[in-house]
Amino acid sequence: MGKYAWSLPVAASTYAGTIDFGIWLIHAAMLGIFTLWGAFFIYLLVKYRARPGVAAVREDHDDTPAHISIPDSFSKFPFAQMIYRNKGELKSLIPDAIILTFEVALIVFYAIPVWSNIKSTVPDTKDAVLIEIVAEQFAWNVHYAGPDGKLGPRKVALVHFSNPIGLDRNDPASADDVVMGNELRLPIDKNAVFELLSKDVIHSFFIPEFRMKQDAVPGLKIPMWVKPNRLGKFEITCAQLCGFAHAHMRADVHVTTQAEYDDWYKSRLATMPAAETASNPSEEF
Amino acid sequence: MSHDSHGSAGHHELTWTQRYVFSVDHKVIGLQYLITSFIFLLIGFGLMGLMRWQLAFPGTPIPFFGHLFSADLAPNGVMSGEFYNALGAMHGTIMIFLGVVPLAVGAYGNYVLPLQIGAPDMAFPRMNMMSYWTFLPGGLLMLASFLMPGGAAQSGWTSYPPLSIINPGQTVWLLSMVILITSSLLGAINFLVTTINMRAPGMSLWRLPVFVWAQFVTSVLLLLAFPPLEAASVLQLMDRVFHTSFYMPKDLVILGETYSGSGGGQPLLWQHLFWFLAHPEVYVLVLPPMGIVAEIIATNTRKPLHGYKTIVYSMLAIGFMSFMVWAHHMFISGMSASLGNFFLVTTMIISVPSVALMTCFVFSLKGASIRYNVPMLFALAFIPLFAIGGLTGLPLGMTVTDIYLHDTYYVIGHFHFVVVTGSIIALMGGVYHWFPKWYGRKMNDTLGHIHFWGTVVTMSAIFAPMLFMGMGGASRRLYDPTSQLHNLPVQGWNVISTYAAYALALFQLPFIYKFFNSMWNGEKTPENPWQSTTLEWACPSPPPHGNFEKTPTVYRGPYEYSVPGRKTDFWPQTDKN
Amino acid sequence: MSQPLNPAAFMNNADTHSGVTNAKLGVWLFLASEIMLFATLFTSYIVLRMGATSWPWGWDVLNVPLATLNTVILITSSVTIVMAYAKAYDKDKGGFQKWMAATILLSLGFLVVKGFEYGHEFALGIGPHTSVFYAIYFTMTGLHGIHILGGIALNGGLLYMSSVEEHWTHPLFLGRVEGAGLYWHFVDIVWIFLFPALYLL
Repeated sequence: MGKYAWSLPVAASTYAGTIDFGIWLIHAAMLGIFTLWGAFFIYLLVKYRARPGVAAVREDHDDTPAHISIPDSFSKFPFAQMIYRNKGELKSLIPDAIILTFEVALIVFYAIPVWSNIKSTVPDTKDAVLIEIVAEQFAWNVHYAGPDGKLGPRKVALVHFSNPIGLDRNDPASADDVVMGNELRLPIDKNAVFELLSKDVIHSFFIPEFRMKQDAVPGLKIPMWVKPNRLGKFEITCAQLCGFAHAHMRADVHVTTQAEYDDWYKSRLATMPAAETASNPSEEF
Repeated sequence: MSHDSHGSAGHHELTWTQRYVFSVDHKVIGLQYLITSFIFLLIGFGLMGLMRWQLAFPGTPIPFFGHLFSADLAPNGVMSGEFYNALGAMHGTIMIFLGVVPLAVGAYGNYVLPLQIGAPDMAFPRMNMMSYWTFLPGGLLMLASFLMPGGAAQSGWTSYPPLSIINPGQTVWLLSMVILITSSLLGAINFLVTTINMRAPGMSLWRLPVFVWAQFVTSVLLLLAFPPLEAASVLQLMDRVFHTSFYMPKDLVILGETYSGSGGGQPLLWQHLFWFLAHPEVYVLVLPPMGIVAEIIATNTRKPLHGYKTIVYSMLAIGFMSFMVWAHHMFISGMSASLGNFFLVTTMIISVPSVALMTCFVFSLKGASIRYNVPMLFALAFIPLFAIGGLTGLPLGMTVTDIYLHDTYYVIGHFHFVVVTGSIIALMGGVYHWFPKWYGRKMNDTLGHIHFWGTVVTMSAIFAPMLFMGMGGASRRLYDPTSQLHNLPVQGWNVISTYAAYALALFQLPFIYKFFNSMWNGEKTPENPWQSTTLEWACPSPPPHGNFEKTPTVYRGPYEYSVPGRKTDFWPQTDKN
Repeated sequence: MSQPLNPAAFMNNADTHSGVTNAKLGVWLFLASEIMLFATLFTSYIVLRMGATSWPWGWDVLNVPLATLNTVILITSSVTIVMAYAKAYDKDKGGFQKWMAATILLSLGFLVVKGFEYGHEFALGIGPHTSVFYAIYFTMTGLHGIHILGGIALNGGLLYMSSVEEHWTHPLFLGRVEGAGLYWHFVDIVWIFLFPALYLL
């Protein structure tokens, strides 16, 4: 394929824009820093190239220990000593100080609040679609809680190729649950709240267009959320090496209108298997 | 005239095996490490060459080599997922543990450090020999894993469980790591005792060349950071061999089968322990090369380094802080979000000394008289290229932007810029700089220029596209990138990286040829061809056993160049007047 | 303060920048790395126990009396090795050999008691795979046991060397005994932490 794209894919969720802002801002700063330093660097390389008859000029605040007798151990207050002896040298740390101020501002005003919003706070499931994602080698099992907003319980003993997440259909909460392999559908402009799990190894749930990524760790149940704000078809991919077919662990995400979503959900629910009896019910996993 | 040999019968006749194979002379051991690690680097490069074909042209048979592989590795010459993953895990492992670290520390540290402090050898010459002779078998065992049932490790060099517990090849990887870590620990102890106790009279700490400081901090990192990985590897070995569940939680169902271990373990425990080593490890990869750059710049600017003390304090600060940033590799891992904030702040803090250090290198050029010889070209190229690597670390170190960029090609671009166009460029420069000391001859300048420009351009052409691919969201470790739709717009970059990689291989040929050819046919050089001030240039090239005719005395700092009122523009550390 | 050129001659020279001989500094640095090794295991123990849904009380499932005996044995052996060093310092070969042999016997005793413990557990079908508690118990006591074995080899080697005149009178011999003593105290200290952590909590 002769494609050479270099920028971010389309932004399809509410916080995607915020993340993109951070990425572009940091890159603008990176480019600025690199260009300024680069220009200075080239200027120095040209101006101070060796020429016959022109000697190098030592800096007047040289403190190389030839001229100063320093005890053979660190002084008691190294920073104070350093600052005093290198007053002139500290001028060259001004660029460092500017970059540091920028970084601190970015952390305090951007990273900490946005990180908290995306990773620490999960919207109320009352007005949201609740979905459980159970990752396995090499597929994404999508378990929808349905209109009752409750996920049916799962049991290890029930895991079977026809019931990959071991859903206990006998439980009333499972009555309106839909389980799909590799197909995630979401209504637009509505919060979707997820619980992310894994059956076997570490996977990572990544939807580039949503700017959404979270590792799925066996033994942990990890909450995440997104609010899609763009119709269309996007892609879930696995972003953590999970075995020989890691490259193929992808799925489609369809963001549709609420009406289309409801229609789809009803049609899928009709195809779900009826309640079945479990031979050896054990702990929920 | 000068000395007797160490504790043996007192006469100096060593057998060929004692002189060249089981030598206890730090210079011989240094060159053993040099050649061995370059060979391992080439092997790691070869593995990547195979991978790059598959990435650029997925599903097509590998030319020339495809038919050499068995059907389960590459059926019909087309690389399988297992083989790709094994190549990937081994490429990373070999480059880091068998390539860059033994080269930066084992080769350069061993050869140059005792010379620069005026010592006759390392503190424990026999233990030094043991370091090398543990490194080599460990490395060979690592390579031999390709030939064992199940093949080589294929869970990434990061070896995350549970995958690494159930995947083949991992046990040999873990055993090799234990052996390699032992070698590293022996070396670190040696370097630290030598640097602390065996400095020549007058060689105070503040008169040490920056290279020695870099090796000192590096050795502290190796000493303290490797044991946690050793312990973590023991736990992983227990999980694999004795079916414990340190890292295996309950109720795992793997490809339809319930896992039979007791459960109760935590996969994240491995990640924390692993990255507790692996983050200091990256400073092990970069600090000695920075030390080399410092030496080359000082020599070829004919003036003292700007901010010698700042550089030293920065290296100490980097070493100290490197133990407190590890979980910036784990923002997305499922650990608590507030831990993310902690490591966000520590990661920002560690960027301060790193920037200060690079600033000092740039300011060292001001007022200089810059000699553009081949080693200086490499040292100068290090500065902007390592800077690209460092700058691309900023969006990765920031929690929010890392959500998108984590585990994409952006990360691969970032760390290759720092280690390849950073460390390896500096290490190559070091070869050109110290070759006259090792062999008494120079390497050819014309071929050196060809090697330099070819290498720098092709290396940049391999890794810059990866930054674009990462922006497009292309994930790492995909043996077939085209199986994911959002990768298709960036697939063209894979082709460019592949061709650049093959071109890079070609540009190493003049280097390899000239390295060996110059040992015999290179232009003979005097003892101090670069007119440098540091102690390694105040002895014959190559130095004899015991290094110095008599113990040198040090009278001044390491970079007394262009001192006003003197006839020459350099004042060696060990010259009385 | 002219330093000799021969590295071997550095070995006994305590007039160094650090104030200790190369060998002693080397042993301390080695112990620093060992502290990191065992600290990692202790940290893993804490993390795993805090995250576990259930964890047995050490005294319920392990043999506390035997382990207490082992603690006494090990502490005693630290005393005997100090005595051995004192005798070596006084150039008392017989005394050195007596106390070093006592140290080795006590260490072997430790391993024998440990063998009883393990044997009892294996007979019941209990092993590292049984639960995370047993996994950490066997791994930590096993690694500690390997270090005891290493110490026995080291001390045994010194005991043997003391019977060879060339080694007993070697200027470096006393430093070697001291280094072995340092290592042995470290192994003892690890047990002092291990015993309560596994058996009493």
